[in-house]
Amino acid sequence: MKVKQISIMIENKAGKLAEATSFLAAQGINLRALSIADTHDFGILRIIVDNPEAAYELLLKGGFLTKITEVFSVAVPDCPGGMDAIVKELSAAGIGIEYAYAFPSSDPDTAYMIFRVDNNEKAEKILNK
Amino acid sequence: MNYYQPEKECASVEEIRSWQSEKLVKQVKHAYDNLPYYRDLMDRSGVKPEDIKSIDDLHKLPFISKYDLRDAYPYGFLAVDKSEVVRIQSTSGTTGRRVIAFYTQHDVDLWEECCARAIVAAGGSKEDIVQVAYGYGLFTGGAGLHGGSHRVGSMTLPMSSGNTERQIQFMQDLGSTILCCTPSYAAYIGEVLKSMNLKPNVDIKLKAGIFGAEPWTEEMRRGIEKSLGIKAYDIYGLTEISGPGVAFECCEQHGMHINEDHFVAEIINPETGEVLPEGQKGELVFTCLDKQAFPMIRYRTRDICVLKREKCSCGRTFIKMAKPMGRSDDMLIIRGVNVFPSQIEAVLLEQGYQPNYRIEVDRVDNSDTLDVFVEVTSDDFSDTVKDLTVKEKELSMAIRNMIGIGAKIHLVPIGSIERSEGKAKRVIDRRKLID
Repeated sequence: MKVKQISIMIENKAGKLAEATSFLAAQGINLRALSIADTHDFGILRIIVDNPEAAYELLLKGGFLTKITEVFSVAVPDCPGGMDAIVKELSAAGIGIEYAYAFPSSDPDTAYMIFRVDNNEKAEKILNK
Repeated sequence: MNYYQPEKECASVEEIRSWQSEKLVKQVKHAYDNLPYYRDLMDRSGVKPEDIKSIDDLHKLPFISKYDLRDAYPYGFLAVDKSEVVRIQSTSGTTGRRVIAFYTQHDVDLWEECCARAIVAAGGSKEDIVQVAYGYGLFTGGAGLHGGSHRVGSMTLPMSSGNTERQIQFMQDLGSTILCCTPSYAAYIGEVLKSMNLKPNVDIKLKAGIFGAEPWTEEMRRGIEKSLGIKAYDIYGLTEISGPGVAFECCEQHGMHINEDHFVAEIINPETGEVLPEGQKGELVFTCLDKQAFPMIRYRTRDICVLKREKCSCGRTFIKMAKPMGRSDDMLIIRGVNVFPSQIEAVLLEQGYQPNYRIEVDRVDNSDTLDVFVEVTSDDFSDTVKDLTVKEKELSMAIRNMIGIGAKIHLVPIGSIERSEGKAKRVIDRRKLID
């Protein structure tokens, strides 16, 4: 299913990530899933939270460079080949994956994957099957 | 059309030249008689005060450079008795030793008159409320515009720079109509205004701004005009010559009129010292015509620019100088190429970035490196590294097209680059080529 992800641009400098995480903590925002992309100069902290709109407004007010993006959250069997099946399907449909990350669920047999793809419409048909 | 002193500002070219000739003869004699340092310069050039009969003889005189001021620091260019001095102002000294300029009451009057002309040219009158957000103190910005605003009779708010929320509070409470500060600070005030959800022309009443003391581009002008809801006017000056108001923009917003009844401008080839014909680009040289305490004659400003005398729709006849293309002090030589930070700024603005940037130059393995740190705003922010990397490459290419050498671009989130409340320090040269 489609979910709203929040991205925060963070300068790649000691203490900058802590500024963001402390802010999230202070605002009582719980992180359901997250990933961090890094380059030499900056990182992008991507998070999934319960109430993305509210979190987004808070982050904006807090002076963070932030953005909401629609990504897909997909339940996959937590076993060898679980991810492969989905990636294969997407790639067979000619859908490019910009990035992906995984997080566990309370069910030991199921994991969740977040996909950011280059064609949401096409992906929706496959991932919502 | 409004003028502060129409009889001066709209005089015929013949009249202006005749004032200049008469004043120059006196000014040179005054300097020769009272400044042993300058007398020595003239003697070594083989020029006597008697050789200067009119403005046409100006080119015979020796130049005064920043190095001369340094050698003669602090009192070597003071041409009156200390008891006649009522004020000093000083440069920040960031590009070498500070320069201390001295003023008699006559000199202060002359300077304030020039600033008053600039305020009136920007549409100011005694009905206006002028918020002076240039730094006060030794810096000429605050004192100059403050004095000018008094002369015009405007309500003058001596805010000095900084404390931006208080600046905005005063704009809201008192209804300031004219803002005077550095362009980078004006841009910053615009940013803060936006973040406070305040609307120009609604929540604040500013109609004009007079901005100077650092280079800025046309794109930056448009950005400031939009964010503050004003017409933004350029003003030029330097402490050595008096301060802001040496030249000022009129309603045309196309070049700054030099107050030619007080200052003569020349453009020279910076290598040879040869005077270049009007319209050619070179180093700007100023001669004061009626300064008592600190009479600079053929002072080399190190500013690179162009002069043009053309009929101006505002009715003023004073010659116009283009916006300086950079101060030759600011000029960087990177891998043998002359680079002005203003060129890089122009590219950033043209590509839709904000004028918040930092240029770092270093030398690694005997080769110069150029790094440009630029802020990304929410409009350009993408959640993929790929998109941001493409932006970096595009910007690097655009800079290469402009200056001929590539720059490594570093995108950083908005707010990462230090904001300035006075003159922005945007260039860091770590090469230490000279100790």
